[in-house]
Amino acid sequence: MKITFDWLKDYLSTNLKEEKLLEQLTNIGLEVEKVENLSLSLNLFKIAKIIKTEKHPNADRLKVCDVNIGEKNLKKIVCGAENARDGLITIYAPPGAIIPKTKLKLVEAKIRGVTSFGMLCSGFELNLSEESEGIIELSSSKYSKSIGKSYFSKSVSNLIDLSITPNRPDCLGIRGIARDLAASGFGKIKNIKEKKITSKIKQTLKVKINKEDGQGCNAFGSCLITNVKNSESPQWLRDKLISVGQKPISAIVDITNYVMLDINRPLHAYDADKIEKWIIVRNSKSGEEFTALDNKKYKLEKGMCVISDNKGVLGLGGIIGGTRSGTALDTKNILLESAYFDPRSIRNTAKKLNLDTDAKFRFERGIDPLSIEEGLNKAAFLIKEICGGEISKVDIQKIENYKVRTIKFDPKLFEKITGFKISTKKMLKIFEDLGFKSKKERKYFKLNIPSWRPDILQEVDVVEELVRISGYDKIITIDPIKERTKSPLTKYQKLFHFLQRAVASKGYLEAITWSFTDPSYNDYFKGMNNEIKIVNPISSELGVLRNSIYSNLIKYINKNLDRGFKDLSIFEIGPIFTGYNPGQQNTVVCGLSAGKKSRSSWIDKERNVDVFDVKRDVIQTLVEAGYNSDKFFIDNETPNYYHPGKSGRLFLNKGKDQVAAYFGEIHPNILKNIDLKTESLVGFEIFLDNLKLPKKTLNDQKIKYNVSDFQKSERDFAFVVNKEVKAQDIISAVSSVDQNLISNIRVFDVYEGENILENQKSIAISVTIQSSEKTLNDKDLENINNLIIQTVENKTGAKIRS
Amino acid sequence: MSDLKKIKDEFILKLKKKLNLSEINEIKSNLFGKNGLVSSQFKNIGSIAENERKKFATDLNIIKDELQDLINHKIKEINNEEISEKLEKEKIDITLPERVFVRGKIHPVSQTIDEISSIFSEIGFSIEEGPDVENEYNNFTALNTPDYHPARDLHDTFYLDQKKERLLRTHTSPVQIRTMLKDKPPFKIIAPGRTYRSDSDQTHSPMFHQVEGLHIDKDINMGHLKGCLNYFIKEFFEVNKIKMRFRPSHFPFTEPSAEVDIGYEIKDGKIMIGEGDQWLEILGCGMVHPNVLKNVKVDPTKFQGYAFGIGIDRLAMLKYGINDLRSFFDCDYRWLNHFGFDPLDVPTNYRGLSR
Repeated sequence: MKITFDWLKDYLSTNLKEEKLLEQLTNIGLEVEKVENLSLSLNLFKIAKIIKTEKHPNADRLKVCDVNIGEKNLKKIVCGAENARDGLITIYAPPGAIIPKTKLKLVEAKIRGVTSFGMLCSGFELNLSEESEGIIELSSSKYSKSIGKSYFSKSVSNLIDLSITPNRPDCLGIRGIARDLAASGFGKIKNIKEKKITSKIKQTLKVKINKEDGQGCNAFGSCLITNVKNSESPQWLRDKLISVGQKPISAIVDITNYVMLDINRPLHAYDADKIEKWIIVRNSKSGEEFTALDNKKYKLEKGMCVISDNKGVLGLGGIIGGTRSGTALDTKNILLESAYFDPRSIRNTAKKLNLDTDAKFRFERGIDPLSIEEGLNKAAFLIKEICGGEISKVDIQKIENYKVRTIKFDPKLFEKITGFKISTKKMLKIFEDLGFKSKKERKYFKLNIPSWRPDILQEVDVVEELVRISGYDKIITIDPIKERTKSPLTKYQKLFHFLQRAVASKGYLEAITWSFTDPSYNDYFKGMNNEIKIVNPISSELGVLRNSIYSNLIKYINKNLDRGFKDLSIFEIGPIFTGYNPGQQNTVVCGLSAGKKSRSSWIDKERNVDVFDVKRDVIQTLVEAGYNSDKFFIDNETPNYYHPGKSGRLFLNKGKDQVAAYFGEIHPNILKNIDLKTESLVGFEIFLDNLKLPKKTLNDQKIKYNVSDFQKSERDFAFVVNKEVKAQDIISAVSSVDQNLISNIRVFDVYEGENILENQKSIAISVTIQSSEKTLNDKDLENINNLIIQTVENKTGAKIRS
Repeated sequence: MSDLKKIKDEFILKLKKKLNLSEINEIKSNLFGKNGLVSSQFKNIGSIAENERKKFATDLNIIKDELQDLINHKIKEINNEEISEKLEKEKIDITLPERVFVRGKIHPVSQTIDEISSIFSEIGFSIEEGPDVENEYNNFTALNTPDYHPARDLHDTFYLDQKKERLLRTHTSPVQIRTMLKDKPPFKIIAPGRTYRSDSDQTHSPMFHQVEGLHIDKDINMGHLKGCLNYFIKEFFEVNKIKMRFRPSHFPFTEPSAEVDIGYEIKDGKIMIGEGDQWLEILGCGMVHPNVLKNVKVDPTKFQGYAFGIGIDRLAMLKYGINDLRSFFDCDYRWLNHFGFDPLDVPTNYRGLSR
């Protein structure tokens, strides 16, 4: 909502400064978004006369004009307008002026080799009309004596842009804002008497509101104004509209706009001669069409509130009028409409037709139902004053009478909600200033809610009015108590935070990427999941919810590789989506490592990142989070986006409950398809929702302290096995021999090649044997040795290498 | 007697020379070996006249100790020399670069969430969560924002179906609804998380982060709300004084509603929170609307309280001097390294937020 202090002063008498006004507006909930100083720049635009035009020497379509701007010397101005001609009076903008439409500052510039000292303006550039063809043509009879004078009136006050919350339609009018300001102690409301139409001429055009289900209009007021002469608006009205950033169009349109801005009463003016027979307000039929004032044709659905005549739809009530009955400069007889439309009906229709107009914005928030007559009075008198003509009686058709809303208000509620007190006297004053009628009934107030406040529906809304006008600065700060009754984080949340920092501590940079992703990338990583489409995405490249975090991470890894980074590790912890319903999402920690673990240096050899790097990161992270790696079980069944031979699936237990993690090389085909170039790309996914939560307390998490001081022995074994046999099989076979004696197993060599059959390999392990009860003698050790060999041979088909 | 003295003088002289380890060992065995000069004297003790025996034994022990000390000292000396010599040879150029250590970092949004959680947990809030995909009821209707409400236009919503029943939550407020439906009052929670609006330009990202706050009990009023936010902002920005402005606003799910601005100024191109006369809007809040309480089966005549919603990314930008919201989600390696936090920097109550 754009206002000026000057306009407010139509209703408000005050000596206070604008600075104070801005502060007060914000204090009462009418937030000042922006203050624009229009006068400074607008003063620069001058009425000017083209004396002579010549063709531009270097451009066919340009002209060089000698222009009289009221100074001694003529100015040379390059102009491209077809209508630039000798003797034309138009508007000149000097260098330094800011063009209202584009907000660009003019500079003296050479155009095709000829210097132009400013420019001649079109109505479009000055926000005066939609016409962008040609420069403005001012009537020579009116302006020939004003050459060199400023076109816009001198004292334009600052334009104040307010952000009016949707609950305050009353403040979409200057008067409503003035009312709020006065209630809060900023100035006094001026008592302006409403002039009423006392005509004896009948309103001869019949108006009827159909009583039907879902009728969106419950009152329709109108009057006829005959024999008018529509014209350009007088200067005061043009200035007023321009001062709040509106375009003057013609007197009749300007007047309806003015009344709307002034008291938030939308009106519509019809050319009465173009209405066939009568006006019927009714529900639309399916498929009905009409052309609206925005020059678009609309096809209506059933049940939209339309204003129609004998021929068909004239307009959508409260939203937009039609071209068929619109007023023009030659309009002679006007039907002025002032109606009440139901906010829901307006909103439904506008949404379905994707229409947004100023009237719609106001009606859907709720127009004062008792302002019908006032709007007609105000506009009709202005039209008569400016365009002449005769005003008829006011005709008001209603299918429903307005009922005053009352609220029983308990003044105690104020302190209960706000924590501070105000006196009854103060309450009553605020009620009065805001237009509430109040009556004390024992402990309560019976309040009549003003017709312009559709937002006040219950007691707490009244509290808000009282505290808003009293000032939020009166609320007493109560310091919080440092007391905790519940654990701040759940086990799951703690695990989330732990994993997040555990992965970061392994050299990964945390990234946060959007939860939606590119469907083509998602396809690579969606695995068994279904694609989840967004109906209205920002762009088709962000069209689906991600089934995996990889789709985003890999894209960004690629971007960073393009930036010239070679060795990158990034991770994200966040949701992936498995369905369209709330809750069909899982939390995943996903990491990607590209390039080399180490580049060649004076001290270390270089090597690529590989699957055993990410395997370590996954296992170490899980171990740090409190899971027992002895129980982990790993196989190689992984989704198709991993390298089938170099990837693994990890379970917390051999029981293969739920997959705790995947890790491995990303499938080389994907790298090829998305043109990602790196020495190596490995990644992992840990599924939080599949991890069982750690034990309750730190105490529970620590098992009994039990160490042995008896002598340890290390024994080395080399087994020859078939290639398919996994190291994990051998290790678990060894540890199954005697959990109490075997304290550590280390793989120290894997060998394939000479001296080993082609489909076989040799795995060498070192086993640490230690008893908690005694020092083992040679015989004990010999027994264990034999048992280890026997067990491994039996379980894996291995042969001990001699 | 003269025998002992002779031995002593002779070997002291020998041991004063520069010797290597084997030469010393030879001396040692000459003296203390099985048939060493000193050892053999001990065997003689028995044959010495009784009146001289005691003195002889005493003298012999003194000489033995003296020579042994001398030999031990000599061995130590040689060992030290050898180590020094070895260390001298092992000298390296210590200015050569160390092995590479790759540091990981925590995203500033995650760090900020942890900071916020830490501050609120101190005054009794626990952390709740809700799903990113919501139904229309939890996101709007239950929050007193029915379909015909113009406030819906302020939320550019991503929908997942044509009927507009399932959507990406436009704020964290539906967690209020979920929490209150699940449990019984009192409630004292915050809910940080991802939120979505189909708005994308320089200052808007289609995904951003919010933290919701909710405190419902028997007598929680606007004074508590003001106190809670005042405390939070002071703690979060780690300043002693904060300029805070409560001003009336409107949200369908709170009544009365407020927006909160904090005072700031720009000093040397850096934003200084808590000083100056510029105002910056940082959050919306208010007393939970009775209609919302009714929707979640909480009796508004018995319980009341406040709710607030804060933009997390915005807070992180202000605190850490980040200019561009979009950069949060761009994954630029340089940016993540620059604005990220060491994973060891866990914000905690006892030691404060900053190192």
